[in-house]
Amino acid sequence: MNDIADLTLAALRDALKAKKVSSLEATQAYLANIEKAKALNAFITVTPDKAREMAKASDARLAKGEGGPLEGVPLGIKDLFCTEGAPTTAGSRILDGFRPPYESSVTANLWRDGAVMLGKLNMDEFAMGSSNETSYYGPVVNPWRKKGGNSDLTPGGSSGGSSAAVAARLCAAATATDTGGSIRQPASLTGTVGVKPTYGRCSRWGIVAFASSLDQAGPIARDVRDAAIMLRSMAGCDPKDSTAVDRPVPDYEAALARSPKGLRIGVPKEYRVEGMPEEIERIWAQGVDWLKDAGCEIVEISLPLTKYALPVYYIVAPAEASSNLARYDGVRYGFRAKEYKDLLSMYEETRAQGFGDEVKRRILIGTYVLSAGYYDAYYLRAQKVRKRIFDEFVEAFGRVDLILTPSTPSAAFALGEKTADPVQMYLNDVFTVTANLAGLPGASVPAGLDRDGLPLGLQLLARPFDEETMFTGMAALEKAAGFKARPEPWWG
Amino acid sequence: MAIDKETVRKVARLARIAEPEQRLEPLARELSGILGWIEQLNEVDIEGVEPMTSAVDMKLKMREDVVQDGPTGGGQPEKIVANAPKTEDHFFVVPKVVE
Repeated sequence: MNDIADLTLAALRDALKAKKVSSLEATQAYLANIEKAKALNAFITVTPDKAREMAKASDARLAKGEGGPLEGVPLGIKDLFCTEGAPTTAGSRILDGFRPPYESSVTANLWRDGAVMLGKLNMDEFAMGSSNETSYYGPVVNPWRKKGGNSDLTPGGSSGGSSAAVAARLCAAATATDTGGSIRQPASLTGTVGVKPTYGRCSRWGIVAFASSLDQAGPIARDVRDAAIMLRSMAGCDPKDSTAVDRPVPDYEAALARSPKGLRIGVPKEYRVEGMPEEIERIWAQGVDWLKDAGCEIVEISLPLTKYALPVYYIVAPAEASSNLARYDGVRYGFRAKEYKDLLSMYEETRAQGFGDEVKRRILIGTYVLSAGYYDAYYLRAQKVRKRIFDEFVEAFGRVDLILTPSTPSAAFALGEKTADPVQMYLNDVFTVTANLAGLPGASVPAGLDRDGLPLGLQLLARPFDEETMFTGMAALEKAAGFKARPEPWWG
Repeated sequence: MAIDKETVRKVARLARIAEPEQRLEPLARELSGILGWIEQLNEVDIEGVEPMTSAVDMKLKMREDVVQDGPTGGGQPEKIVANAPKTEDHFFVVPKVVE
């Protein structure tokens, strides 16, 4: 086979089953690609020995005609998922040296199904960021560049290592997590497919917690079918996570073959922001036409509270984060400051040196909005507005089956372009954050290129636990878009 | 609501983050900027709305109150302290608290 790394996950899976390639060959091909792509900084830790060992075990099972749905398929794992014995950093200095003595439920599901781990993918620190620039390990560089340009662009965040690695063929697919858009925004910026399932679809056990009522795991993959295969293996009930829902996991791949005819597609007029490039309007309108041509019924809808979703998020998420991150105190794991005078200053110095600026900013906001006298004015009010946003979606989904929006208000931007103003950076998630607040499934599918040759994505939102209809819609968009573009491999 | 330097000092102490004196003023400006942007929530009518407490409509699951097997179970002190910066005989070691 010419280049194994060019096969989609589905094609690799089939080639492995047919014994046309071995898992060890596929694993070596990806390890070689990772080695050549150091300039992208997509991995924090590569685990070549573990990868080869897992690949050999997969090959032994495949030789006997055994093996799970992902047998022998090499994957990248976002460094937010605890992996037994392998460093897990969450992109933070404060978890320096931490090797979990346990495996996250999502990654355990992937290994159960036969997948091979290549290593741990870079990300914004504690998943707080939209450009991968808050990582203690430095930003990931987007494999895509502007036509004729050579400046480094962001692969999005927080799952920037996942999106860049998938786009640059450094793994067959990757795990990611999404608290406000951290799967869908990076997917949109790298021409990949990202799926955030319904809250509760995947177990959060063993995933380093950011904002527990919003965090949800999902895949970033090269196409819609690959994402469907990944999600089926990742999802499932888990006695270790009381919010993981006890329902059977459907065969999402089967949903791709369903006809989109007759699906009612809501188009919300509020998914626009000031200064949004005209090309994004155009590609959105194009998406509407594609689904109309596929036999869907287009319904104009209104979600007037959309603009309040981000401010709600920037109360709820920091509040939950300030509580979740209280555990990093230099006592039980990770980094401890070298110099301090007593217990209190050990905590304060450890956290001052261990956390980066954005994480500290959010912990301070969260601590403030939860502090005595401000709880009602901020947190309680935010949770009430959140309920109204949720109700607005429930009403809309009484009339439509899916909602179509742009994934992001812009294409990939330059590293350093938005770091000066936190609120400008936050606005990246304006179209994605609503799904997290309401717990809905959402996905980004590559739809085309802008005039600079950079990918743009379209987002579909669905009813809770109706990922199947979402996949049917995604497949229709993918087919119509015929997105085949790939970044020029300038990185070597 | 604008946050002043003293409030930042107080909140940083509550959050157990050492912020040097010269960072307090810039942080007060940054946080005030973010909270100012958040103030737009005051435009939304929330009269009679119940706060959202769960993203998914489900009953919290219960389980038997027994020691579990595996990673959430007991009897594995070596694993519990394996990642600690300083330990002694399966205890976490911190600076002296009581004189």
